[in-house]
Amino acid sequence: MERQLVFRDVSRESRVFKRRIVMAGAVMAILVLLIIARLIDLQLIKHVHFITLSHENRVKVLPIPPIRGLIYSRDGILLADNRPAFSLEIIPEQIDGMDGTIAELTKIININVVDTQRFYKLLQKQRRFDAVPLRFRLSDEEVARFSVNRHRFPGVEIAARLTRYYPLGPLTAHAVGYVGRIDENDLERVDVSNYSGTMHIGKLGVEKAYEDVLHGRVGYQQVEVNVRGRILRVLDRTPALPGKDLFISLDASLQTTATEALAGRRGAIVAIEPETGGVLALISSPAYDPNAFVNGIEPESFDTLRRSPGRPLFNRALQGNYPPGSTIKPFLALAALEYGVRDPDEQTWCPGWFKLKGSSLIYRDWKRGGHGNTNLPRAIIESCDVYFYSLANDLGIDRITAFLNRFGLGKKTGIDIMGEADGLIPSQDWKLKNWHLPWYPGETVINGIGQGFTLVTPVQLASATATLSARGRHMQPRLVMRIEDPITFSPAELPDATRSWVEIIEKNHWDPIISAMVDVVHGPTGTARTSGRDAPYRFAGKTGTSQLVSIDHDEENDGHELPEDLRDHSLFIGFAPADDPRIAVAVIVENGGSGSAAAAPIARKLFDHYLSGSGI
Amino acid sequence: MNAQQDLLQRLHMDVPLLFPVILICGIGLVVLYSAAGQDTDLIVRQGIRIAVALALMFLVAQIPPDQIARWSPWFYGLGVGMLALVLAVGDVGKGAQRWLDLGLFQIQPSEIMKIAVPMVVAWYLADKSLPPGLLRLIVASLLIIIPVVMIARQPNLGTAVLVGAAGVAVLFLSGVRWRVIAGVCLLTALCIPLIWYLMHDYQRVRVLNFLDPQQDPLGAGWNIIQSNIAVGSGGLYGKGWLNGTQSHLEFLPERSTDFVFAVYCEEFGFMGVSLLLSLYAFVIIRGLYIALHAQNTFGRLLAGGLILTFFVYIFVNMGMVTGQLPVVGIPLPLISFGGTSLVTLMVAFGILMAIHTHRRLLSD
Repeated sequence: MERQLVFRDVSRESRVFKRRIVMAGAVMAILVLLIIARLIDLQLIKHVHFITLSHENRVKVLPIPPIRGLIYSRDGILLADNRPAFSLEIIPEQIDGMDGTIAELTKIININVVDTQRFYKLLQKQRRFDAVPLRFRLSDEEVARFSVNRHRFPGVEIAARLTRYYPLGPLTAHAVGYVGRIDENDLERVDVSNYSGTMHIGKLGVEKAYEDVLHGRVGYQQVEVNVRGRILRVLDRTPALPGKDLFISLDASLQTTATEALAGRRGAIVAIEPETGGVLALISSPAYDPNAFVNGIEPESFDTLRRSPGRPLFNRALQGNYPPGSTIKPFLALAALEYGVRDPDEQTWCPGWFKLKGSSLIYRDWKRGGHGNTNLPRAIIESCDVYFYSLANDLGIDRITAFLNRFGLGKKTGIDIMGEADGLIPSQDWKLKNWHLPWYPGETVINGIGQGFTLVTPVQLASATATLSARGRHMQPRLVMRIEDPITFSPAELPDATRSWVEIIEKNHWDPIISAMVDVVHGPTGTARTSGRDAPYRFAGKTGTSQLVSIDHDEENDGHELPEDLRDHSLFIGFAPADDPRIAVAVIVENGGSGSAAAAPIARKLFDHYLSGSGI
Repeated sequence: MNAQQDLLQRLHMDVPLLFPVILICGIGLVVLYSAAGQDTDLIVRQGIRIAVALALMFLVAQIPPDQIARWSPWFYGLGVGMLALVLAVGDVGKGAQRWLDLGLFQIQPSEIMKIAVPMVVAWYLADKSLPPGLLRLIVASLLIIIPVVMIARQPNLGTAVLVGAAGVAVLFLSGVRWRVIAGVCLLTALCIPLIWYLMHDYQRVRVLNFLDPQQDPLGAGWNIIQSNIAVGSGGLYGKGWLNGTQSHLEFLPERSTDFVFAVYCEEFGFMGVSLLLSLYAFVIIRGLYIALHAQNTFGRLLAGGLILTFFVYIFVNMGMVTGQLPVVGIPLPLISFGGTSLVTLMVAFGILMAIHTHRRLLSD
């Protein structure tokens, strides 16, 4: 109570208060100036920087993948299609109780542990409103079953995406190839931005070789997104340019006929249209289903394919190196005429064996007792080995090498799909380089019957046969004959087929060779006379039997007593019709025995089908 | 003096204060409409809150300042009691106990303290000669520290800072000697390590992020970075109403509450901000004017304390949005969505008006 009596200096208190208010006002003014300075810095000085940041924040550029071009056969059959593949997808933000939902789904759709594990892994990575796939490649039945139950599963949906599908499956696998998921190696050889929305890329065959044509050009859409990346609206859109459709020279029905004729045996068939170089059939047997590779093949299935003794993944038509056997004879006969080493009517005595001067080594004819006096046509018709031992010896290795190279044997044909093997036409240089040994005359002798070091691929052999049938006009073999824009239907640029000539000095040298090849199938003593019987057209051919184990050739020992994988390869080259060739083939049946037994009948079936089918 | 002004005078409304306050509230509704994604329903709700708060302001303005002074200790005691209750049984909201559910309505006792603390300090100090002696200073400090610690323990750092600031503002205006102020500042600086030790993890993260937002750009630093982008991209004239991409595309967090100023900066630019700052400045200058012209110590200390607190509100929020202060949950006065701070502010303005308009009646 005492204190209340203390005198209060009200005016002094008021003065102090005023000073303090002024001071507070000054401090506030300074602080406000700080805020204003900061705003000037952000809004006026650094404005451009922040407007850029805000722009980057909201606009995202998303790729629109182009639709891949289709591949058709010459007979208009779709060989590579884009089909909707159905997958079961879940939008996480719309689901309550993920485990329960999946358990319920399992009751109507086959979902295994692998699917569930992959799903949960993806679930962690993706955003809550993005659909996460649970099962791929639903069957039609599963799609139907889910559709009926759809109301029970909000947030679960069936998504259709285009995937590559090869309707003919294994039939066209080695020619058309397949697409697969893009991997890191692929990304190194493509324009990454053009593939930003694409999941698949050509891995083999036409799909790989014409990747840039088939793929098309990626489109873009600018979208406005919110902070979580959800698309709010599309601001701008550049449509994708679809890939171009390919029409390939392959005849799907001929391909089927050839595959059926091979009947599952290991081997290769290549048929070429001599006029254009277009590949009519390209078969490597056994084959595999390319569809299995499109969305990634399971490791077990791939292992099975890889370990399969028939080696289905191996493209025999392009990569198989085979000794040509007697199919080389018409080419060597032509060489002999060209170099003046033989006259067509000049006789060579065939006692059933051949011996080089000064050597004791004996080279046997396939026919015990020999062919007797043999001229050039007869040597081809009856496939006389002794005649060609002697002919090869007289030609010499250098001229043989040079001449066979002119037909494209022993080197890549340049067919428009990748992966070709070189084959081998040996030369003195080659032997010195690779074996560090000089060339022996005996090696020239066995070259005369297509044995020894000589190796050719089926596509080389078919191409050489086509060139022979066209009397020297060589067309580089190729599969794609037309590229078409799917929107305008206008054909796109395709370089002209490479054409070259095998120069033969005397044009009439072709005649005895070709007529002898006609007699191989139509003559009374021809090695393939059974295959030529009753043909409504005339065709030409040459059988070949390539020896895999070094045994003396005897008539009795035709290979059938050997274990299958050591039996001879059966070969046949031919073309039809003989005077106006429209199809030339090379057929190789591995371990098929003699050329007349296995390969020639197959060629006959091809000719029958192709010539009748195309309206002869 | 015309009749209309006379009427407002009799209704105890101070026009120079009322006018900018209503303008700011109007701007608030416009910004909120954009920030909340053009939700009309939400704007109507906020409009009703503003109306209720204005009505409360009107009622408070009718109370004579002497009456307010007499109620101060009771009001303060009630507030502290409720704070204790909140700490004991309070609902957990947003991880912090702040609300007291009274069945009919919920109240946030910490908000009451924003007014109760300056009131009680002003009441306590006005009683005796100023500047206060050491003993009175210690008692006044305890009156401030007790509720501040309780609020900080909820935890609600932002409000604790504001409540503390309100009390300290009154102390400062009461003429506390400079050497005492210097001593307290020194003591506070020494206490910083202790405060750091007592802070929750999320509070530490906020401070660290304030110091270096780029450290965790997608985590806790996100708010500051995105807020800076919003403010900076507004430029001189802004992107235009409803055109702020940062806010509309949800890049900006808390865009209708604590970060509404960023939306305003983005859409209305530096020009818009200048207008808003001018209105706030007008309110503050008017408040200071009222404090200077108050007729007794209680009135002038309380008016001065409240208006300084109002400034702290604005400064802390803008400092946070522009990245100059750490992120503390303080709304932008009169603009941010929500009723609690609005009611507190309007009651404060009501008190200011009461102090100013009852003056003449006393002098008559």
